[in-house]
Amino acid sequence: MDYSKFINKRAASIKPSGIRRFFDIVNEKKGVISLGVGEPDFHTPYIGRDYAARSINKGLTQYTPNGGFLKLRQLISEYYKVRYGLVYDPEHEILVTVGASEAIDLALRATVETGDEVLIPEPSYVSYAPCVTMTGGVPVGVECFASDGFRITAETLRKNITDRTKILILPYPNNPTGGIMEKEDLEKIAEVCIENDILVISDEIYSELTYTEKGHVSVASIEGMRERSVVINGFSKAFAMTGWRLGYMLCPAELLTPMYKIHQYSIMCAPTASQYAAMAILEQGLEENFLSVEEMRAQYDMRRRYLVENFNAMGLTCFEPKGAFYVFPSVKTTGMDGEKFAETLLEEKAVAVIPGNAFGKGGENFVRISYAYSMKTLVKAVSLIGEFVKDLQ
Amino acid sequence: MDELKKKILKLLKEDARFSASEIAAMVGKTEKEVASAIAEMENSGIIVKYTAVVNTEKTGEDYVDALIEVKVTPQPRRGFDAIAEEIYRLDEVKAVYLMSGTYDLAITLESKTMRDVSLFVSERLAPIDAVIGTATHFIMKQYKEGGVILDNGEVSGRLPVHE
Repeated sequence: MDYSKFINKRAASIKPSGIRRFFDIVNEKKGVISLGVGEPDFHTPYIGRDYAARSINKGLTQYTPNGGFLKLRQLISEYYKVRYGLVYDPEHEILVTVGASEAIDLALRATVETGDEVLIPEPSYVSYAPCVTMTGGVPVGVECFASDGFRITAETLRKNITDRTKILILPYPNNPTGGIMEKEDLEKIAEVCIENDILVISDEIYSELTYTEKGHVSVASIEGMRERSVVINGFSKAFAMTGWRLGYMLCPAELLTPMYKIHQYSIMCAPTASQYAAMAILEQGLEENFLSVEEMRAQYDMRRRYLVENFNAMGLTCFEPKGAFYVFPSVKTTGMDGEKFAETLLEEKAVAVIPGNAFGKGGENFVRISYAYSMKTLVKAVSLIGEFVKDLQ
Repeated sequence: MDELKKKILKLLKEDARFSASEIAAMVGKTEKEVASAIAEMENSGIIVKYTAVVNTEKTGEDYVDALIEVKVTPQPRRGFDAIAEEIYRLDEVKAVYLMSGTYDLAITLESKTMRDVSLFVSERLAPIDAVIGTATHFIMKQYKEGGVILDNGEVSGRLPVHE
């Protein structure tokens, strides 16, 4: 049977993720040390697990309001105020979603028209471009460079703006590069966005994993930007809750309304037990000033320093990432591109890293290495990668 | 104690096999600075010993660990110290603590047979003049040791690769 006539052309045009192939090899091969994960090695705080279990046992397993429990939205509001100095009205400006992933999709579906251009700094997480494609919009990858700390600069942004440009996605702290945007960087971008009337979708899922003294700065806190920003975040990275699928979006009510409608009809509400878990975790966090988040960040930070120093020492130039839990060393000195490097390393040393080209433009000569692993694993892996690089010389 | 030493101690208590160069990379100091801080702490007796945390059950041996509560009569002038000394001199004693509460000293024994423990109590501990009472507790299961959960109650289902 010819299915092609049934299949939506946009859906057909989406390429499968570049790392699935790796996934299969890693799964089949025995004894592989994988540095390929994109989720924390920490566990969801006990209090969240307990509350969720209790809610299930009590029979609290019904739908929640479409936007999420009001109590949860109030806590999210408080959280963003305390952590990032932003104030959003829990009733009209916050929506609880099925992971930040749904929020990204919603933000794009509610705004992009056929032919609209959406600027995506690259290398970047892989879901933005396909989500844009499904709306009929045009994803425009904007290459960012290690020499700029993988930030998007005002010049590069300007160069990529056309009269079809509607949206800029700001994926910082960045997966896979670990790049962040500091206040001054954001101010320059803000100026261009305001001047060109561009809406910003800010994916801040790694916000808690920022290793500078000042910490994460949200673009919405820059003057003139709150009104033109959709802030997206979630519980996966900050509270080790990937499998709970819980995220949220913050933006002015006029923007949220269409997103809310799509969410209402396509999703109904985010998982109930997950919302109970999140409420307990945020309540506890607010009480103790997010002590366990700080502790987790300190652990990641040590691993980050360890990797950066060791990769640079073995001749794999490694820009110092200031966010997320990845390092993104260049493998150019080995004479291989990222894909070849990752393949050969996996074959010869049974260490899995992700080729940078899986994340779009500018990633070809890099590999992404996750440090969501114990130091024990990282020490072992670094020694194997070191041997591998040495053998190549 | 300075910040560096605190950080080093925290790491070594986590894993005593971290090398000075690994620690140096993690805390952003030179290997030399870290090595000398460790040496200082070893020399001054802050770091007493590097040891292994063992999951006794997995050794497959019929050994037990025991915790013995001891009530004693304090000695004139030296209080509990003299009796504690008499007890900690015994090789099989792993740890001795002076406790607040209903008894005075706590003693731990590790990796002994039941018979060894009862002999220890009846022949070495009880005869000490100042000892007026003992209560022996055998440790039946280690759930957490040295900060590590041994119970295997928590698992991870992480897939090896994600975008």
